Amino acid sequence: MTLEAAARAAEESITLEVTRYEPDGDTEPHTQSYVVPLRKDWTVLDGLNYVKDSLDPSLSYRWSCRMGVCGSCGMNVGGRPSLSCGTFLSDFAPGPVRVEPLSNFPVIRDLVVDITDFLDKLPTVKPWIIRDDGDVDVHAGEFLQTPAELDAYSQFSSCINCMLCYSACPVYGLDPDFTGPAAIALAERYNLDSRDQGARERLDVLIEREGLWGCTFVGECTRVCPKHVDPASAIQRYKLKAAQESVRAVLLPRGGR
Amino acid sequence: MVAAHDVLIVGGGAAGLRAAIGISQSSPDLDIAMVSKVYPMRSHTVSAEGGAAGVAAEDDTIEEHIYDTISGSDWLGDQDAIEAFVNEAPHELLQLEHWGCPWSRQPDGQIAVRAFGGMKKMRTWFAADKTGFHLLHTLFQTSLKYSTLRRYDEWFVTKLLVDDGRVHGVVAVELATGEIHAITAKAVILATGGCGKVFPFTTNANINTGDGMALALRAGAPLKDMEFVQYHPTGLPFTGILITEAARAEGGWLLNKDGYRFLQDYDLGKPTPTPVLRSMELGPRDRVSQAIYGEIQKGRAIDTPYGAVVNLDLRHLGAKLIDTKLPFVRELCLKYERIDPVKELIPVRPVVHYMMGGVHTDINGATPIEGLYAAGETACVSINGANRLGSNSLPETLVFGARAGKAAAAYVRSVGDRPGTVEAAIRAQADDEARRLRTELIGRDGSERVPEIREQMQHTMETAAGIYRNGPDIATGAGELAELQQRMAKAGVADASRAFNTELTTALELANMLDIAQSMLISAGQREESRGAHQRTDFPKRDDARFLVHQLVHRDDGGGLRTEQLPVTITRWQPGERVYGR
Repeated sequence: MTLEAAARAAEESITLEVTRYEPDGDTEPHTQSYVVPLRKDWTVLDGLNYVKDSLDPSLSYRWSCRMGVCGSCGMNVGGRPSLSCGTFLSDFAPGPVRVEPLSNFPVIRDLVVDITDFLDKLPTVKPWIIRDDGDVDVHAGEFLQTPAELDAYSQFSSCINCMLCYSACPVYGLDPDFTGPAAIALAERYNLDSRDQGARERLDVLIEREGLWGCTFVGECTRVCPKHVDPASAIQRYKLKAAQESVRAVLLPRGGR
Repeated sequence: MVAAHDVLIVGGGAAGLRAAIGISQSSPDLDIAMVSKVYPMRSHTVSAEGGAAGVAAEDDTIEEHIYDTISGSDWLGDQDAIEAFVNEAPHELLQLEHWGCPWSRQPDGQIAVRAFGGMKKMRTWFAADKTGFHLLHTLFQTSLKYSTLRRYDEWFVTKLLVDDGRVHGVVAVELATGEIHAITAKAVILATGGCGKVFPFTTNANINTGDGMALALRAGAPLKDMEFVQYHPTGLPFTGILITEAARAEGGWLLNKDGYRFLQDYDLGKPTPTPVLRSMELGPRDRVSQAIYGEIQKGRAIDTPYGAVVNLDLRHLGAKLIDTKLPFVRELCLKYERIDPVKELIPVRPVVHYMMGGVHTDINGATPIEGLYAAGETACVSINGANRLGSNSLPETLVFGARAGKAAAAYVRSVGDRPGTVEAAIRAQADDEARRLRTELIGRDGSERVPEIREQMQHTMETAAGIYRNGPDIATGAGELAELQQRMAKAGVADASRAFNTELTTALELANMLDIAQSMLISAGQREESRGAHQRTDFPKRDDARFLVHQLVHRDDGGGLRTEQLPVTITRWQPGERVYGR
């Protein structure tokens, strides 16, 4: 045995219990265990990459930036929705670590889920700047925005669309029509932007689509958010506005507009 | 064939999205589509941190930004392109402001700018230290306004369909189903980003495998300036995660193992307590990375299990400034190094960051193939020459993304429908490509393994094309790559599943990277001088008489590569000495 091989043999390891599913061959998901090195600097993603490169090239999962900003590598680790690039193996020692696809989405294969539903819902909340005056000529210069005005929405602008909140949300699990935490937070991000005048339009959409009412303020979305966006508070603010609107609609002709 | 479009954009990062929005606005009647191997908001633009340069401050001038960029490029940038870029960058950044980008602000609400390396004035717009993230999401969300933009998310393009010197579309694998389709288009814009994964230690994301460059090269379009690879001075050891240059722009210091600000020993100026523009820690990336390499050679760096490092000191900046202007730096250090930059030194080492070279284009993003355009890091216009200045790449994606979109739209209006004979020819090409994927790759249990070839390629490139290079090492590397190409021909994809077959995409990406790696080494071998990021220990001086030229790499049908020289466009700024800190 070479020195390097001896060092590797003596190295600590940890077992990943990974959910596998291949739609052409499997009728339902099953678990496969892999033993990977347990190194101080290694994330769950490093463990999966070790599996892919050295043990089983067929394991499928998404990843890209490995620095917690692209939002690709969301999965359930130890039962909790997590970015695998920001979750360390050592936190689960001695193991095993359960690695499963995000909940509440159809599984395409192994750890890869289908997020088409979110991509379809996102445009419905109009996550772009809406101006009464249409597009203002860029040559007119910037819209002034003080640091305080920037602070008002910056928290909600930090969403990386990683889908952890959808996986954690018990309401989305039961009611697929629910617009969901990230999309509502992004709607609120534009509502609170001093340059935007589209709050009314977005509110109408959310009320009409009943995209709002399902939320029961469990707050799981905020707890799992890796970027501290706090979607729960966005939904709460929205519901309050919607409730005020519906009262006004009853009391005032033409909905109080 | 799934569909026929007027313009097909390959890649959904900043350059691709900017092109898509531009065409959607100016030519709503055109049928535009975007195909990308990842959802657009996953694109690597997302990882850019420090900012985007554009003249905005009252004391700044267009002329100075031009000069900084030209001297930063070691006089290899094309001056007409740089002028256009500098002139249009402020407008593009303002356009992003109108689309909702959360730019950091001055107390009165105007755009704030910060210092950056190699820039004589403060002109870098920023959104804290997540500029790329905010820029990408602003563009992506704005693009959702245009419901006519058809997106093929998570489709991997394997081939450009070209007939008689004109592009007609692509062949792509729909990853979710594994189905292989031809998507035809009158014009194609490549916006697939960089190729840092050719190297073992890089800030780049897993997806940065130079796909667009390889597609273009194989289709007959040359690559340009491929020997110029940028090492960013400050990456975290092991992960290679980027610590933004903004950390130094805000006042951070680089220290060797003795706590000494060593850049003063490398003709970069004298240390001062607060930053001085174009000096010391605000020098250009090539020179600062070379200085760190020098400290390592002199034994004045710190050895770690992940290579020798120097330290980045932000402690004197204080928690308040760090949390306001560099929050992501603190978050990344806490998470991946378990250190707090408010109280501790950050270990850093130079890391492959950016590709100056790319698909050869003109000032409008047009390649020599009719109807084929390229923009962003995939392309080489060139504004970056031998060394890109920090914060010029984000505005480059916007300026040339917009230009390529405009040019592609105009081209589409100028050409008629395809004749039936061409239709048949490209259908045959698409069928051939589908057959190649099905029979030569998928489900074939080859005798060679993709991860092993990839690792050896990365090792070869680090040895042959690092911060300092020499002829014999480059020649050895080229030989190794040729051998790896032969091994790659015997590699298979054992996984025969159709759904989300990442063993297949990994193999396709490696094939792309091997072609790009060879292009880099052939160019590096022929450039017998030192300029910008290309430093030859056997030719330590810049040699304008022989090498004030771009090098194009062409690929012939048999797969062989050859180079050709192209003059640099010099307009008003004659080549001179690059002076920093004095």
